[in-house]
Amino acid sequence: MSDNPLQLDNVSFGFGSIAVFEKLSLAVARGEFVAIVGPSGCGKTTLLDLFSQFRAPTSGTIQCTGGVRMVYQHDSLFPWQTVSQNIALGLSHITDAGEQRRRIGEMLSLINLEQFGDTYPHQLSGGMRRRVELARALAGDSDILLLDEPFSALDYLTRLRLRNELARMLEEFPRTVVLVTHDIEEAAQLADRVLVFSERPARICCEITLELKRPRELTHPQVVQTVHRILAELGLEHQDRHLAVLA
Amino acid sequence: MKIKLSSSQLLPALVLLGALLLWIVLSLLKVFPESVFPSPLAVAKGFVEEARSGRLLDDLVASLFRVTTGFVLSVFTGIPVGLWLGRSQRARQALLPTINFFRNLSPLAWIPFAILWFGVGDLPTIFLIFMAAFFPTVIATMGAVASIPSVYFRVARDYGFSNSKILTHVTLPAIAPQVITSLRVTAGLAWLVVVAAEMIAGRAGLGFAIWDARNGLRMDLLVCGMIVIGLIGVVIDRILVQLTKIPSVRWGYER
Repeated sequence: MSDNPLQLDNVSFGFGSIAVFEKLSLAVARGEFVAIVGPSGCGKTTLLDLFSQFRAPTSGTIQCTGGVRMVYQHDSLFPWQTVSQNIALGLSHITDAGEQRRRIGEMLSLINLEQFGDTYPHQLSGGMRRRVELARALAGDSDILLLDEPFSALDYLTRLRLRNELARMLEEFPRTVVLVTHDIEEAAQLADRVLVFSERPARICCEITLELKRPRELTHPQVVQTVHRILAELGLEHQDRHLAVLA
Repeated sequence: MKIKLSSSQLLPALVLLGALLLWIVLSLLKVFPESVFPSPLAVAKGFVEEARSGRLLDDLVASLFRVTTGFVLSVFTGIPVGLWLGRSQRARQALLPTINFFRNLSPLAWIPFAILWFGVGDLPTIFLIFMAAFFPTVIATMGAVASIPSVYFRVARDYGFSNSKILTHVTLPAIAPQVITSLRVTAGLAWLVVVAAEMIAGRAGLGFAIWDARNGLRMDLLVCGMIVIGLIGVVIDRILVQLTKIPSVRWGYER
């Protein structure tokens, strides 16, 4: 057993005759933020399902140590519960009512929605709902945060803002994070390591490590360069051209 | 004192006033003879007569008792059956055709059997109301369960909900808005059926009162009964509308 909270060893998985993964191996270190980008349908979400043990691999081993919370692509707040009640889901292990209230208040101020504890999700904007989802997932003592395209339904400016907010939340509540995204900028702005997946059966065709501190400016040269590299890796840009630009 | 009415109150009041005026004009012009087209005044007198004798209240109580009993029975059996069908594909496959058959069968077709099995009085009427309200409740609940986004169950699993907590904290609140809408429809249906059932299988009740008035050629009392039936129907719906104002179900009506 290794010390990594998340680890896949020679994992294969398929839907019927469609092979999604063939002998895929990857490890995520404690506290690391890994982003996974790749063509649609390459199995990014399936990978999160394997990590969260929602699906079982056909072969290989999956190691997942610690409490796991997932933020889904689509709204998954319970619409019949208030913002506070939704956040309380993540705090159900705290039996003391006063302490639970205090922790809910802490999460509400983390996402700057102190005034909205008694509001229902449908009364909030899309960006606010996403922040509540993040707060619900970060509340309590989980170790691993799985994010499945968490900001894909938002407008561009809200997305930019929420990237910074997520970085700030992780400062206060450090987690091991796996982010699946179509948004290459998002990956470059947030991740310690970006894995670019190939078409099915998915393999890791490129691994980019960033040592820049978060939150990162979208226009920081290292972020821009990472975006170029990912685009080139996905066959959407010629690698030599951007190198010429940067030179 | 000056009474201010908003247009949302004024417009329906004007329409009702218009209908009343039309009624007065038609009865003054004697388009139909007085014996088959009672005037508003005659109906008002009939109303006072019925109210004084206590018959109106007795009929009202009898009808409301039957509707409430039949409706509550159908809700407390229909929702669990709907939940079961919504969750179990096998149960759905097995039972849905039969349920659809009975749902499309007018409950009034059961009247002869209702009388033969249960005699005359409360029981046959309650049975008929049950037959009218049970199947739509099952179908609506089943549909609501089947349309719950699966992500809610994933979240419940992520946060370690037990099966009973999933039922009480996910399934039931998730279907509540749709079920409340269907309750409004079936309550209206039950109220339609009670009148028809009492005409034939009743010895009291508003439906019986109408039939009795017709047999006695008291068209004024008949209209009086019709007005009361219509008003009570509206009141029942207004009461059920209050359910849609519960904060935890508002989401189902506001998007």
